[in-house]
Formats: sequence, structure tokens, C-alpha cells
Amino acid sequence: MTEQRSRGAEEQGSRLFTTRHSPFAFLPLASCLLPLAFLLLFYFYPLASILGLSFAPEGHLDLSALEKLVQTRYYLRTLWFTIWQATVSTLLTVGLALPGAYVFARYEFPGKSLVQALTTVPFVLPTIVVAVAFSALLGPRGLINQALMGFLGLAHPPLELQHTLAIILLAHVFYNYTLVVRIVSTYWANLNPRLAEAARMLGAGRWRAFREVTLPLLLPAVGAAALLVFIFCFTSFGVILVLGGPRFATLEVEIYRQTINYFNLPLAATLSVFQILFTFALMIGYTRLQARTALPLELRSRRATQRRPRNWRERLLVWGNVGLMLALLVMPLAALVARSFSTAKGVSLDFYAQLFYNPRGSAFYVPPGQAVLNSLGFALATVGFSVALGLMAVAALDQRKEIRFFGKIRFLRRLLDPILMLPLGTSAVTLGLGYIVALDEPPLDLRASPLLVVLAHTLVALPFVVRSVMPALRAIDPRLREAAASLGAPPWRVWREIDLPIVARAVLVGAVFAFTISMGEFGATSLIARPERPTLPIAIYRFLGRPGATNYGQALAMAALLMAVCTVGFLAIERFRVGEVGEF
Amino acid sequence: MRRIVVFTLTGMLMVLTACCPPTPGTGLSEPTTSATEAPSTSTETPEAITPPEPRTLRVMTHDSFAVSEEVIAAFEEQHNARVEILESGDVGVMLSQAILSADNPQADVLYGIDNTFLSRALDAGIFQPYDSPLLDEIPDHLELDPQHRALPVDYGDVCLNYDKGWFAEQGLAPPASLEDLTEPEYRGLTVAEDAASSSPGLAFMLATIGHFGEEGDYTWLDYWADLRANDVLVASDWENAYWGSFTYGSGGEGDRPIVVSYASSPPVEVLFAEEPFEEAPTAAVVSDGSCFRQIEFVGILIPEDAENRDLAEAWVDFMLGTTFQEDIPLNMFVFPANENAVLPEAFGKFAAIPEHPAEVDYAAIEANREAWVEAWTETVLR
Repeated sequence: MTEQRSRGAEEQGSRLFTTRHSPFAFLPLASCLLPLAFLLLFYFYPLASILGLSFAPEGHLDLSALEKLVQTRYYLRTLWFTIWQATVSTLLTVGLALPGAYVFARYEFPGKSLVQALTTVPFVLPTIVVAVAFSALLGPRGLINQALMGFLGLAHPPLELQHTLAIILLAHVFYNYTLVVRIVSTYWANLNPRLAEAARMLGAGRWRAFREVTLPLLLPAVGAAALLVFIFCFTSFGVILVLGGPRFATLEVEIYRQTINYFNLPLAATLSVFQILFTFALMIGYTRLQARTALPLELRSRRATQRRPRNWRERLLVWGNVGLMLALLVMPLAALVARSFSTAKGVSLDFYAQLFYNPRGSAFYVPPGQAVLNSLGFALATVGFSVALGLMAVAALDQRKEIRFFGKIRFLRRLLDPILMLPLGTSAVTLGLGYIVALDEPPLDLRASPLLVVLAHTLVALPFVVRSVMPALRAIDPRLREAAASLGAPPWRVWREIDLPIVARAVLVGAVFAFTISMGEFGATSLIARPERPTLPIAIYRFLGRPGATNYGQALAMAALLMAVCTVGFLAIERFRVGEVGEF
Repeated sequence: MRRIVVFTLTGMLMVLTACCPPTPGTGLSEPTTSATEAPSTSTETPEAITPPEPRTLRVMTHDSFAVSEEVIAAFEEQHNARVEILESGDVGVMLSQAILSADNPQADVLYGIDNTFLSRALDAGIFQPYDSPLLDEIPDHLELDPQHRALPVDYGDVCLNYDKGWFAEQGLAPPASLEDLTEPEYRGLTVAEDAASSSPGLAFMLATIGHFGEEGDYTWLDYWADLRANDVLVASDWENAYWGSFTYGSGGEGDRPIVVSYASSPPVEVLFAEEPFEEAPTAAVVSDGSCFRQIEFVGILIPEDAENRDLAEAWVDFMLGTTFQEDIPLNMFVFPANENAVLPEAFGKFAAIPEHPAEVDYAAIEANREAWVEAWTETVLR
């Protein structure tokens, strides 16, 4: 009832008040066109270049290489497996992370922000490092198998996860858990708990109240998070190759093989187009769902909804979930850190000390401090770019505003949401080579420029910013803005006093993910030529690339450094406050 | 709000300042003097009192490239140049980039194409021929391209490695040949890499093709079927196999004492050991026909009349010369192609060079790669 009434009021409101609410109101076109231009230049143009070259190398369309695609069932099976594993991974991640999101949304407990920061660390770790962590824990001679063998008196390790589907799913949960927790809990924290309480008062059980009241209200955030998780798993590459082993292949893996191993560009491009079309169809479906589920809500400040757990039941819920996060996400990290300290002569800082030496005078030696600075430089630039572009995009996408002016470019705006997500669902191989082909002439000769790294990271980070902020922005009751406007507040003031405090947390969530995308070197940047500015993940790969116990130890020490820098980064971003804007 | 703006602007500024492109080659055209002559002496313009701006030479390599600082500095000083290294992923990724940008190369010189990719590189015509005088010092069997578009720089052999301690402990003789791996006592002991996604994986597959052949009673695919029956483990890449499954590399967590790695891995284990070793803890199997030799090449990407051509030729000569060649083993852990290069002591002592590696023609590799890898995948994995 309330929702219906508020929707009616909204329609009326937009007819009554023609005030411009958006801070970008004076630049309505720019807020839509700048993100579009960015996508056009650094996504569509490179993509079109490489696809054109692949399908029509001599200028005319050549589809002979595609016969194979039609003839073998292998590619159909690969497509099916790609969709299937992404669906199961998403369901598992959302299922496991929702209780965690609830705990973070509703309860205050000691160590909360540290736990939240630590659970995001997996997101930045290179797959090969995660493989080391998993094998230290779950491998045939890992801690867990050893413990089980000792405890149960078994002769063989009971858990055989190496190269199984189970470990792929587990790794996807490990990586993406934080996505669901962060996006959903930020939204959930502002939901009015009285709605669910009212349902319970009217006789609904806990489960029924959750299912019929809370869950529908949460849908925009759950949908946004699930979409990101799905697309991430859909284009999964490292996890499938390294942990799943050579028996499993997703479309992304197959695109890589066809491009790099066989240089069969037409086949690779076809698979790439499939991947993009699928993402696009998914986004169209999602956009419709988003329009249906988004409701202006009566939001509450998080301070009014969060409290310490009061009885044993609540304590069990809180600490049970924290325990799950520690076991699932933090234990593998701890195993890595522990290994970085364990040397031939026992626990020592040797590997860390060695990081500071360049015994053979290699021209490729990176002092750890320099690697940290390089990583941070790229990451902060990515945060800056993607938050700026992301805020413009959401301002343009928030359809309730500026109907009159935007009417003319409504088509563009409707397209903007689905196409903003496309880079995330596009093969990094295809896009990376697209840069090489397209951005090779002034003024856009960016092939060996560090700027290209930032742009490629921004392309992947942008969807995270948009998906984090959109649900919060959509939930704002337009009557709040109207009230402020009718009291004489100019548009920028309305935005600053109403929108900004409500979406600020969500923007920070987006910023955290933009930071992680860049720190973890996501996207096409592994496919482009890098000038001499090595980041932490690149330094880790260099150590792992050759035999020798000290190389291995230094790689782990560098990985521990990456984790530490990220943890501090997350805590810092979360503490970031904008001027005197109140926290909501 | 203001801080957001400031934050964003700082971010953008940081990028912009970080991205100022290095001063490009200022295009001072050197007279026809040989490239080895120091440019500071060949100042043409009388008013030039300060030495001319150094020119930039761009070298594209794979990400396993390594060299000593002083060696690069020596070249830079000698030629008044600045060497910019573009790391471009693994060999396959690098070559894909080079082919796609053949008309407008990203670099002047490309180093690191090996014989498994050589044919693709030559067919795509990315390299311009260069008859380096230093080719005289390089044995003929390494010079695969008679037109000298790709010049051999170094070589290394992909071989089986085993954990000496593990075999001593078990009282089992270590394997001596490829055939041994299919014997029952070696069941479940070997980890290899995926031929479809890993360079040593592909090289080892090629060794079996060279050794067992494609025809006859017992082909390379029969061998792999037997290996599979004997529980060979296939990892996606070298890192995963060596650090994750090899008993020695993983510090006891893995359970495979035999791994497909390089003939130079044992000396590298000694060099990067935590505590000094008397002898290498691992060893390579180098019996006849059990290894595959990877030869790495350098080639010039820019045409004869390009501005940087002399510098590019100087760099190729430099890479083939003894200063660079003697720096190779301890940086990249492969063997120098130049016969006059002296091996560092540690390397000479612990490294084994197979006398007769398995032979597979490089043109056959590119022509059959997909068919071979698919047959291999079918036999070993599906």
C-alpha cells in the first residue's frame, strides 16, 4: 500500500515540480555522454577493430574458419558448462553470503571493519597464489587432510579436491563472497526493520517474514550483486585453468586457446561475440527486473538499525557467520602468510628481508616499496576515473529525473545501463588485442602508455561502481527531494543534503571494488605490453616463474605485502568521509 | 563533495603526470657511420655543445626476460640510447600482439620467439632480415632461419626433473628415460603440464613426438595412453606443477617426485636455495631423445629505412655478443647460443646439457600444432 501511494505521489511530483534535482542538471547531456564516449572510445572501438580484423582479414568477410564451430559438439558443451558453473557458483555465493550480509547490516560487533576488510582481500589475489593457499589447506598433504587423517586414522587423504568441479565452485565463492556481502549489507542497513517486525506481529514466522517482506525489499541489491558474481564466474579464466585443471574449459579459456595457441582469430571472435551477446541478453533481462523491483523506500539511518547482539541466539548468528568467514576466506590467507614466514631455519623474516636485495644486479629488480607505489598509483587513478564516470552514469540512469529534457536522448539512456556492463562480460583476450589494433595512432597511441592500464581497469571497475550505487539511489523516496526543493533548496543542495548522504556508503563500496580491480590486475592488462612499472602482482609472477626455494618464499612475502596493502586500503576507503555530510 | 572532487582530480592528475610519454627519439639522423661508433663524437652541427639527446630503442620481450642492469647500461652508454623494455605477456601473447601490429610495430626489436612459434612469426612476416656479423660465432644447428630474419640468442631443454631425496628415501632408482615412466614402479609419480596451455607442456609433448614418432607399432599417442594408465597428473602450467605438485618444489605438500621442467632447473635450485647446497637437490633426465630443445630468437621489426634501424641492428649484435651472452645463464637460466661465451661456474657445474634432444622440425610444429594438441588432449584428458 505505502509503495503504491508513494509511486503515485512520485508521478504527481514530477508533474508538479520541474526543478532539476541532479547536481549534473546543468550538464545533463554530459553526464550521459561522457560515460558513453568513454565506452565508445575504449570499449566499442577496440572491440570493433579486432572483430573486424578477425572476421574480415582481407577486407571481405571470411567465415570458413567457423565450420569447425558448427561441426563439433565440443563448443556447445563448453557453452553449457560455462553457464552451468556460473549459475551454481552464483547460487552458492549468494546463499552463503546473505546471512553474512544480514549480520553486517544489523549488528555491531568488535572487529567488524577488520573482518569486512579481510573478507575482501581474496578478491585481489592472483589465482596462482590462491592455488598455493588452497593446496596448503586442502591439498593431499594440506593441513585439513593431515588433521582428518590423524583424527580418523586414515591411510589416504579423505579430501581429493585437486582438479575437481568442487574446487572451482569453492574458489568462486572464495573470490566473490565479499561482493554479495558488501553490496547487500550496505543496502540492508538502511532498510526499515519495522516492516519485518510488523509482519511478525501479524503472526508471520521468522522465515515467512524474511521471504515475504525483507527479501522482496532486498531484491534490487541482491540482484545487482548476483549479476556481478554471475558475470565474473561466466568469464572465469584463472580459476578454471589453474584450480580446475585442463579437463575444464569455459568460453573464456577457449577464446584464449584459440587466440594465443592456434591464432584462429575468426573462431575466437565468434566465441567472443557469443559471450558478449549472452551478457547483453542477461543485462536486458536484469534491467527489466531492476525496473520492477526498485521501490522508493522509507529508509532509516544505519545507526538506527544496527545494534549489538542481545541474546544467545543473536550472538550465535553473528559469531557463527564471522566464524564461517574466517574459515572460508581468512584461513587460506593465513596459511599463505604463515608460509611466507617459514624458512629452512624456522620462523623468520628472511624472505621479506631478501625482497630488499638485488643480489645479481638484475635490471628487472623491483624494490617492494616501488611495487607498492606503482600498484597504489594505478589503483587510486582507477578509483578516481571509475567513481567520477560511475556517478555520471548513475545520474543519467536515474530515470525519475529530468524527464522533459532527457526525453530526446532517452534511447541512449536506456541503452547505457546494459552496455555499461558489457566490458565485464567481454573476453580480456579479445579486448586486450583490440587495444593493440585500435589504439595505435596519435592522438590515441596508448599501446605502451600507463594510461592504458588505468583505462582498462576503469572499464572493468565502472560496472561495480554503477551496480553498487544504483540500488541505493533508486530507493530514495522522491518526496524527500521534492520537500527539500519546495523549501527552496537549489538542486545541488538537494543532492548534497538528500542524495549524497544516502548513497555515500554505496559509493564507497564501489570505490573499494574499483580499488580491488586495479590492485588485482583484472581485465585486459595482462594482454598488453607493459612499460617498466611493475605492480605487486607482476612482481609475484616474476618470483614464481623460476625454481628455487627463495624465489617461492619471496613470492609469498610479496603476496603477504599485497594483502596487507589492500587491507589498509579497504579500511582507509571505508573511513573516507566527505566534508560535513552526515552518515546515513 | 569538494573532497570527492579533489580526490578525483588528484587521481586524474597522478595518472596524467605518470603518463607523460618518455621523450621520443628526437630523430637525430646519424650519418652513415657504423652503429658502434659513439654518437657523441659524430656531432654534425657545430653549435651542438651538449651531447645529443639519447635515442630510445624499444625492445619487446616476454615476461621471463631478465638481464643485469650493468649490461643494459653498457649498451646505453655505448650508443647514447635509452633501452625501453616492453614486457608483453608470455610468448604466445607477445607473438599475437606482434602479428596484429606488424604494420605499425610497437617496438624496434622483438626477443623471445622460440622454435615452437618461429614458423608462425616467419609466415606472418613480422621480422626484417639482418645479417649480423656475430652469426659466425653461433653454431649452425641453432640457425633455423636461413634468411636471418630470426637470429638465435639462447637455448634450453625441457626435460623430466626428479626429486633426488625422495628417490633415495624410497630406495627406488630415479627414471632414466621416457619409457621408464610407464613402468608400474613409477605409477602416480609424474606431473606434466597441459600441452594446450603451457609452453613446457607443449615442448614435452614434442619430445615424445620426436622420440616415439607418429607411425609404427608404438606411437607417441600410445606412450601417452600408457602414461595416463600409469596415473600421470596434468597441471595447467609450470608454476602449478612445480610449486603445487612436485614433491621438492612444494616443500612436501605435493606428492609427485617427477616433474616436467628444464634441464637448468637443478642449478637454479642451488642458486636460489635457502642454504648452500653441495650438490643440486634435483636432477634432470637428459638421456637421448628425452628432452626437447627450445631455441629463442631475436628479430628486427622495423624496415631497413627506419630511423632506428642502426640502433636496432646494434642491439641485435649486442645480444649475440659475449657481454650479453655471458649474462644470460644466471638471469634467464638458459644457455648462450654464442660458442665463445663462458658459462658461469655454478651453472657449468650443476647443469646438464642433453647431447641428443628429440628432434621436431619447427615448420611441422606450427603446421600440426592444433592437430597434435587435440590428439594429445583426447588421449590424456578426455
